[in-house]
Amino acid sequence: MGIGGYPEEVSRFLRSHGLDVGDRVRLHLASGLVLEGVVMPRYSPSTRRVLVLKLRNGYNVGVRIGEISNVERLERVAQESPGAPVPLVEEVSVAEDRRVALIGTGGTIASRVDYETGAVKPSLSQEELVLSVPEAFQYARIDVEELYSILSEDMKPGMWARIAEEAARKLESGYDGVVIAHGTDTMGYTAAALSFAFHKGLPGPIALTGAQRSSDRPSSDAAFNLTAAVLVASKAPFAEVTVVMHGETGDSYALAHRGVRVRKMHTSRRDAFQSINALPLAKVYPQDGRIEIVDPSHRPRGGGLELENGFDERVALIKHFPGATGEIIDLLLDRGFHGIVVEGTGFGHIASDAIGAVRRATEMGVPVVVASQTLFGRVNLNVYSNGRRLLEAGAIPVEDMLPETAYAKLSWVLARTRDLGEVRRLMTTNLAGEISWRHNLRLYPRWRHSA
Amino acid sequence: MPELDYRALGLKVGLEIHQQLATREKLFCACPADLGEEEHDEFERRLRPTRSELGDVDVAALFEWRRGRSYLYEAPTMHSCLVEADEEPPHPINRDAVAIALAIALAAGSWIPGEVYVMRKVVIDGSNTSGFQRTAIVALGGEVEAAGKRVPIETIVVEEDASRKMDEEGRRVRYRLDRLGIPLIEIATGPVIETPEEAREVALAIGRLLRLTGRVRRGLGTIRQDLNVSIRGGAKTEIKGVQRLDLIPKAVHYEVLRQVRLLEIRDELKARGVTGEKVFSSQPVDVTGIFKGTRSKVIRRSLGRGGKVLALKLPLFKGLLGRELMPGRRFGTELADYARFWAGVGGLFHSDELPKYGITGDEVEAVYKALGADPGRDAFVLVADEEEKARRALEVVRERAARALEGVPEETRAANPDGTTRFLRPRPGSARMYPETDIPPLEIDESLLRMAEEIKPEPVEAKMKRLIEDYGLSRELAEQVIGDVRLDLIERLIERHHRELPARVIASLFTVTLRGLRGEGVDIEAIPDSVLEELVGMIAKGEVAKEAAEEILKRAAENPGKTARIIAEELGLGRVTREEAERIVEEIIRENMDKVVERGERARGLIMGRAMARLRGRIEGRIVAQIVEEKLREALRG
Repeated sequence: MGIGGYPEEVSRFLRSHGLDVGDRVRLHLASGLVLEGVVMPRYSPSTRRVLVLKLRNGYNVGVRIGEISNVERLERVAQESPGAPVPLVEEVSVAEDRRVALIGTGGTIASRVDYETGAVKPSLSQEELVLSVPEAFQYARIDVEELYSILSEDMKPGMWARIAEEAARKLESGYDGVVIAHGTDTMGYTAAALSFAFHKGLPGPIALTGAQRSSDRPSSDAAFNLTAAVLVASKAPFAEVTVVMHGETGDSYALAHRGVRVRKMHTSRRDAFQSINALPLAKVYPQDGRIEIVDPSHRPRGGGLELENGFDERVALIKHFPGATGEIIDLLLDRGFHGIVVEGTGFGHIASDAIGAVRRATEMGVPVVVASQTLFGRVNLNVYSNGRRLLEAGAIPVEDMLPETAYAKLSWVLARTRDLGEVRRLMTTNLAGEISWRHNLRLYPRWRHSA
Repeated sequence: MPELDYRALGLKVGLEIHQQLATREKLFCACPADLGEEEHDEFERRLRPTRSELGDVDVAALFEWRRGRSYLYEAPTMHSCLVEADEEPPHPINRDAVAIALAIALAAGSWIPGEVYVMRKVVIDGSNTSGFQRTAIVALGGEVEAAGKRVPIETIVVEEDASRKMDEEGRRVRYRLDRLGIPLIEIATGPVIETPEEAREVALAIGRLLRLTGRVRRGLGTIRQDLNVSIRGGAKTEIKGVQRLDLIPKAVHYEVLRQVRLLEIRDELKARGVTGEKVFSSQPVDVTGIFKGTRSKVIRRSLGRGGKVLALKLPLFKGLLGRELMPGRRFGTELADYARFWAGVGGLFHSDELPKYGITGDEVEAVYKALGADPGRDAFVLVADEEEKARRALEVVRERAARALEGVPEETRAANPDGTTRFLRPRPGSARMYPETDIPPLEIDESLLRMAEEIKPEPVEAKMKRLIEDYGLSRELAEQVIGDVRLDLIERLIERHHRELPARVIASLFTVTLRGLRGEGVDIEAIPDSVLEELVGMIAKGEVAKEAAEEILKRAAENPGKTARIIAEELGLGRVTREEAERIVEEIIRENMDKVVERGERARGLIMGRAMARLRGRIEGRIVAQIVEEKLREALRG
């Protein structure tokens, strides 16, 4: 790749005409047509011998370089002076009596588009927030700190610890709550991890939020979600780690989910985040400042702060599939992993011939935790003989815990103890609402059975 | 229409023709490219003005957002999916739609790029759930022959149609998502058109070129013309959404008239010594007190809700606010349009139309006095509304009035059904456009170009020749067929049935029968293609006589759900055999024996009339005549 993401041949063409991305040019084509515009970079990698030109009417077209018979490089026309950005409201009214810290980690919510290339760059600043989401300030004074600027999928357990530390510092210094802007793909994992780190003491809410539509779009859900998260952080009666995102497809209410119970259940919908095997904590109406409690069994605000931080990065989350043997577990053991979470089939099963590998893990002192790939319901290794053999081999079934939550929890537990008995005790003890013993019929979503 | 010398005025018109393409699927998803009336789900959203790198926001959109405008969407279950709901990224662009546009490009000799880029054009009126319209240039340049000249094509674009606006209540607009995403082609011509009639002819020629592909949708709302109109010294006005061809010359004419009159007003203001400074020195004055006991219902209603009446003096404008710009629309109407758009007020009163609407001469005089204005030279504008809105409305009016000193402001206007136009919004600066990065650029490869070659419309002359030489149509009939909106269907039916049924008969079913029905006020647009196809098939097989067509079609227009066969049966128009016809004629003669005896051969007309009343459309009239002749002779002999 050469200039502006172009393949070598196009780069050479540009160089031979003394051109660079951003230059204004007049291209004379073999057909006699003359095109005037600005040379654009490529946003999608390709080997095609095509130059992307932004025409004066705003459209981009791809011009085959073979068709270009003559190139005129024009004077760089002075860009129209952009002028001061127009604020969305004439005056931002700030609720000075509440303070919320906003920690940026990256993702779609904190992105700005480059209108020339269409590229979306993560960015979140105090000024930007005041200008683009002024309505969030009606609930609190917000102080922004950008901790990371990464894509959701690049998040690591080590970063959970940094985020926890930062959130604790904010709460300690008197903020009423903390909002964490996060990429949506792994937001559930981070929420679960923070839930365990703060399970012993949290004085105010930590609300994670994100966007399913980038904030450069008029239809972005970023402002709605962010405002709802600020509302939760500043006013919610509970001091819980929670994910605050759209509750349904329309812009009516958001939901505050318990961090250990929430899962991204859809690739793209605004209401992708849902509580599994549990009800959400609350419905949140960011437009009129209302919070409607759904699950009253929460930790109230105002308690002490106790952070138990640190995560083990040598934990794996794997899935049983037809044909899977003990090979993968063996491989992880050989590579020195400290713990393994297996998403078993149904009640939590794995193939008969993989059970030996679980036994080997137990003998090596490596916990094998079992959750279910059905997500809904509780694992139970007592119903079938393979389950009983798995138990006997030392597997640790974790009730109705989500596999991702089990992963975050094991990572947290292993950073406290490597003692298998203690690991087993902690994994099967409800610390932050991740395990419940009672599911009524309503906890399972009703699917449609007619068009 | 008053005479205008368009060429002397330097009239320049460019057209943008938008036409829905007949593809199976929508442009960016797998939904059928069709409207649907089935049940729907609903959701409500808001759109935010986004702040671009350029630092500006769409001011109108900003204003709407601040007012809390929301959009309620109907999502029909069969004609919209997560893509229309803005809950799933768009799928790659529909290649079939691109191929149809490329076919037009080939016919017009346009340049075709190596790659097509889908762009996002920001539109925040709620008609696009995403807040932008997805649009792509598929070709540039080329020309079409029309109105005796070569009309240059500037761009050929493929883009998604917007949602259907259903209604508007207060701050909530209701849209239906079925239309969102139906592919449109947009063909923009250079501004070379010099008369209103020429504009119509060019639109007609481009419409015909599109129909010649056989791949465009028909019916109301499937084609839309935008007109860019300017005169020398005036400004470029974009007129949106002219749906009927015959409205084009009117819309152009009225726009020329409007610009001419606005320039006259400018000159008059200058002659009177009006300056921007004088206009801007005028301030809104609260005149609520004057209207405490008013008989004006509008004002009373507003005061009842706690509103105020504000007035603004327009110095030396006396008589100009009442100046007609086009039929039924005065300069005062333009001011009112601006006040409605920018301040959201219901309307305004101006002194040139008062006293009227319950406002008395005394009240007018009192307002003049309160403003310190001269009733002989100055004008004023009144707005009754919430104080803040009223104040804003008058500020907008003041600014528009000051701009009258410059002549014609650049505007986007909407066409009214009578060809006049109303202010829609200011003309956007350079379009806010950025790449749709969710969709990879489409390479125009060999396979796409082959698809386009197959769709490429055959030149009109070649098609004409084929219709005349291969199918024996007269030149006149062939011309009518080519100009018919159902051209693709007629051709298909001729190809399918010309062996059993003369092409001439098939063609006249459309060019004579259907057009005749339209003349009678029958809604022939409502007749589905399937009914026409079935009907021609039935005639070709001899199942109904061609004389039955008119009645069947008339009923089909009223019952678009019914098939031709069912209608024919309901009408008792099933074909009868010669034997059955003979029996019917014999019966008629028996019933009228006294008259037959009395009049002899001269009773033929009477018998024929009664026989046709029962047999029309069920057997050829020629055969009925033969039978009547025969049976009458028999009866007289007996």
